[in-house]
Amino acid sequence: MAQEHPLNHPVSRRGFFKGLGATAVATVASRAEVVAGELTKLDAERVQGPGAIPVDLVINGKRSSLQLEPRVTLLDALRNHLPLTGAKEVCDRATCGACTVLMDGVPVYACMILAVDAQGAKITTIEGLSPDGRLTKLQEAFVTCDGLQCGFCTPGFVLSLSALLEKTPQPTEAQVLKACSGNLCRCGSYPRVVQAALQAAGVKTASRCEVIRHV
Amino acid sequence: MSDWPKKTEYLGRSTPRVDGPAKVTGAAKYASDVQPEGWLYGMILRSKWPSAVIRSIDLEKAKAVPGIKAAVTVRNGERHVRYYGEELAAVAGVSKQACLDALRLITVEASPQPFVVDVVEAIKPDSARVFADAPNLGEAKIKEEGDIHGAFGKCDVVVEGEFSTQVQLHQALETHGNTIQVETDDACTAWASTQGIFSVRDGLASNLNIPQTRVRVITDYMGGGFGAKFGPGVEGSLAARMSRETGLPVKIMLTRFEESLAVGIRPSSYQRIKLGADKEGKLIAFDLDAFGSAGFASGGSSAGGGGGAGFPAPYIYRVPNVRAKHAGVAINAGSARAFRAPGHPQGSFGMESILDDLAVKLGIDPVEIRLKNDPLELRRKEYEIGREKFDWLQKYRPPGTSPGPIKTGVGVAGATWGGGGRGTKAQATINPDGTVEIRCGTQDLGTGARTVVALVAAEIFGLPPERISARIGDTEFPASGGSGGSTTTASVAPAIFDVCTKALNELQVLSGVADARGANFDAACRKLGMEPVVMQGEWREGLSSSGVGGVQFAEVDVDTETGFIKVKKILVVQDCGLVVNKLTAESQVNGGVIMGLGYALYEQRVMDPQTGVCLNPNFETYKLPGAADVPEIEIVLLDMPERGVIGIGEPVTIPTAAAVANAVANAIGVRVHSLPITPDKVLEALGQIPAGPETASSDLDKSFVVVEDLPAVAGEFTDDVPS
Ligand code: FES
Ligand code: FES
Repeated sequence: MAQEHPLNHPVSRRGFFKGLGATAVATVASRAEVVAGELTKLDAERVQGPGAIPVDLVINGKRSSLQLEPRVTLLDALRNHLPLTGAKEVCDRATCGACTVLMDGVPVYACMILAVDAQGAKITTIEGLSPDGRLTKLQEAFVTCDGLQCGFCTPGFVLSLSALLEKTPQPTEAQVLKACSGNLCRCGSYPRVVQAALQAAGVKTASRCEVIRHV
Repeated sequence: MSDWPKKTEYLGRSTPRVDGPAKVTGAAKYASDVQPEGWLYGMILRSKWPSAVIRSIDLEKAKAVPGIKAAVTVRNGERHVRYYGEELAAVAGVSKQACLDALRLITVEASPQPFVVDVVEAIKPDSARVFADAPNLGEAKIKEEGDIHGAFGKCDVVVEGEFSTQVQLHQALETHGNTIQVETDDACTAWASTQGIFSVRDGLASNLNIPQTRVRVITDYMGGGFGAKFGPGVEGSLAARMSRETGLPVKIMLTRFEESLAVGIRPSSYQRIKLGADKEGKLIAFDLDAFGSAGFASGGSSAGGGGGAGFPAPYIYRVPNVRAKHAGVAINAGSARAFRAPGHPQGSFGMESILDDLAVKLGIDPVEIRLKNDPLELRRKEYEIGREKFDWLQKYRPPGTSPGPIKTGVGVAGATWGGGGRGTKAQATINPDGTVEIRCGTQDLGTGARTVVALVAAEIFGLPPERISARIGDTEFPASGGSGGSTTTASVAPAIFDVCTKALNELQVLSGVADARGANFDAACRKLGMEPVVMQGEWREGLSSSGVGGVQFAEVDVDTETGFIKVKKILVVQDCGLVVNKLTAESQVNGGVIMGLGYALYEQRVMDPQTGVCLNPNFETYKLPGAADVPEIEIVLLDMPERGVIGIGEPVTIPTAAAVANAVANAIGVRVHSLPITPDKVLEALGQIPAGPETASSDLDKSFVVVEDLPAVAGEFTDDVPS
C-alpha cells in the first residue's frame, strides 16, 4: 500500500528534500551551502501561504478549484472543503488506510499528502470508482462475502484492493494480504475482505462456518 | 418453543447486508460525514496536566482568530482536573486550521498537583492521591460462599498464581463525536456516532434544557463503538452549546489522540488466585484477591455503567467454597466504559489459566477438567463438538514437549453471556402499491441490524428482503434501546416479527385475501384502495431468550528463539439460539475472535509516569491486529431455533485470549502470566532474558497483601454470570 507516488509536477520543497535523502546523504555536509542556496531559490519562486491559495484538483474526472491554506491535506480538502466524505479520517498519520485514495491509479494515504501537492494528479476516491452506479466486481464481492461490518474502513480496503486487481488480476492470498497490509479494520472483517478480493479475481473460496442444528 | 416459523425462507440463511452497496461506494453517511449547510468545524482544548486546579481560561485571543465563530469553556470558575485530556474548552470555526490556531491561543492558568498513573504505585500509602480526601484504593467488595478457610485443607492439590491484564482501548475507527444543529427556536438535530440514539437525545435535551421532543438524533451509519458510545458525551454538549451560540451546525469529532484519553477503556486487572481440587480434578476451593483500575473514578460511584474494574469470578465455574475479593484503584486517567463483554475477558483469563495449571499438575487433559467442572450442559456439549472438530486428542501434548525451536501448543477456554432482548417498538406501513416500510428506532453498529429488520419482515411477508425499506437510526421512529450487551438482534427481531405479523393480518382482513404472502402480496395491496396499512408492534416474550455459552480452541506456534507467537487456528463453537443471518453472524464471530487476539497478543495502553499522558494513542504504537495476523478461524454455530434469538457479539470475544494463553503455555511449558503476551514476556518466561519491569513483582506482591487486608463489604463486584 505505502508505495511512492511519483509526483509529476515541478519540484517542490518537499520533493527536493526527498531527492536529497536518496542521493546526497554522504556528501550533504560539504554541500550544505549549495543546498541552502537551492532552497532559497525554490522558496523565492514558490512562496505559498500562510493564507489560502488557489488549488486545482482533478477528482473523479472533475476539476475543482479551491482556495486552501497550503497546510491543508488532501483528506481535509476532500472531507471538509468538498462533499467527498468516502475517504475517512481515522488516524490522520498514515497508520490505518481509511483515507486511501488513488493518485494516478496508485493507492496513497490522503492524510499524508498536502492538497497543493496533489495538483496535476488524477485522483480517484471511492465515490468515483463506479461512476455509472454499477458496482465493480470487487465491490460486489465485498457485499456478497460480507467483507465489512461497520463499514468505516471499507472505502480504504476497496481502493487498496482495486489497485491490486488492476495490476494483478489473479493475485495470490499473500498478495492480497500485502496489498491491504496498510489498512486496519477494528471490526475484524479481514477474513471476508480477503475472501472478497479472491472471489472478485475469480478464485473460489469457501466459508469456514458451519451451522449445526442442536436439540 | 419459540413462535418463529419452523420452515424459513430467509431466516438462518446467508443474506448480504442490505446496506452493503452504500458502504462499498462511500454513499453511506456517517455522523462524521454529514455536512449541513454552513457547518462549522469544532475542536476541544484538553488539560495537559494529569492533575491540576484550573484557575482561569482566557478565550479572547482564540475568539479573535479569523474564521473562529465560537469559543466556550466547559465550566466556569475554578475546578480540579484529574487526568491528562480532561475537557477544558472548545472552539468552532470555518476550518480545521482556524480551530488549530485558536486552540494554541487559549491561555490556561493552572496549579499542577501531584498525580499517579500507575496502579501499583497508586496503592502505596505515600502515593499522590487522585482525590485528596480519599485513598486511591477504594472499598473492597467480597463474595464468600461455603467455608473457604477449611476447604483448602481438604484439597488433594492446590495451585496458585498471579495474573494481570492490561488496559485496552476501544479504538473504534470512527472516533466519538456528533454534528449538531440547534435552530433559533431551539429545535435540535444531532447526527451522532452512537450506540444509543435515544441516550443522545435525552442527554442533549437535558444539556440544552429543552424538551426531549425538540431533539432529533439521526444515526444512519456509525463506525463502531464496542461499548464506549452512549450519550452525547462532553463533546456533544460542547457542539450543541456552540451551535446554539452561532446558529450554525457544529461538528466535533475527536482525534485519535483524544480517543486514548477520555472516552473509555477496558480496565486493568491484577489477580492472585488460589485454586484447590480433589484428585479427580473436581474443584473444591477458589480464593481471589484482585484489584484494577477503571480510571480516576475507579472505586467511586461514577465508575459504573459496565465500566467498573470488577470481573466475574470464578468465572463460569461453580466452586463450593469461594472467596473473591476485589478493589478498585483510582489513578489519574480517563474513566473506563463498557467494552465488549465488560469484565469477562479479564475473569476468563485468570480462571482459565489457573485451571490449566491445575490440570497440568494433576495430569488431566484440559478439556476433560472442563467437562468435569462446567455446570452448563450446553457448553460441555460444545467442548465435545470442539474436541472432535479440532482434533484435540491428536494435537494435545504435555506442556513443553513439542520439539523446538518453534514449538506448537493448543489451548481451550469457555465463555458465557446474556444477550437477551428487551422493549423495542416498531411500525410497519404497507402501501397500496405494494411497497413496505418498517421503522424502528434502533441503530446499526456494524452487526447488520438494518438487515435483521429487512430479513424478519421479508420472512413474514414472503417477499425478497430488497423489497423491504428498513428505516432505522432516527429518534422519530418508534423507540428501541441502546445497542449494548449483545441485545440488539434479540430486541429488534421480535418487535419486527410482531409488527409485521399484525400488519399482514390487517392486510388480509382489509383485502379479503386469505393468504397475502409472497405471490399474492401485490394483489392484496392493490385492494387496499387509498389507505395504507399502518401498524405498531413491539418486543414480546417467546421470540428471544438470554444466556449463551461458547468455547474456543486455539493452536499456536511459538518461536522460542525470538518469542514470536503465530496463532495458526481458532475454532469457535458457539450457541446463539435462532440464527437470523448466518453471513453477518459469522462476521461477528470473526470480529470477536480478532479483537480477542489483539487483547491476547498486541494491545496495551502505555502511560507515561512522568507526564501522565498516553504514550501510544495511535496505531503505529498501539498495535491492532492486521489482516496478516489473522489465523484460520473455523466456526461452528449451534442453531437452536426453539430458544428464539440471542445476541453473540460479546461472548465470541471472551475466551480467545485465555485459549491463546493456554496454548502458549502448552507450547513452551511455562506460563506467561500477563496480557498481552508479547515476545519479551515469552523470552522472559523461558529464562532467556532477565525479568523486565512488568514483572518486577515485589511491588505487585505488596499490593496483593494490602488488598487482602482491606476491609470489605459483601457484594458481587460485577454483573452476575448467567449460567
Ligand atoms: S487517516 Fe490516513 S492513514 Fe489513517
Ligand atoms: S468494518 Fe468496522 S472497521 Fe472495518
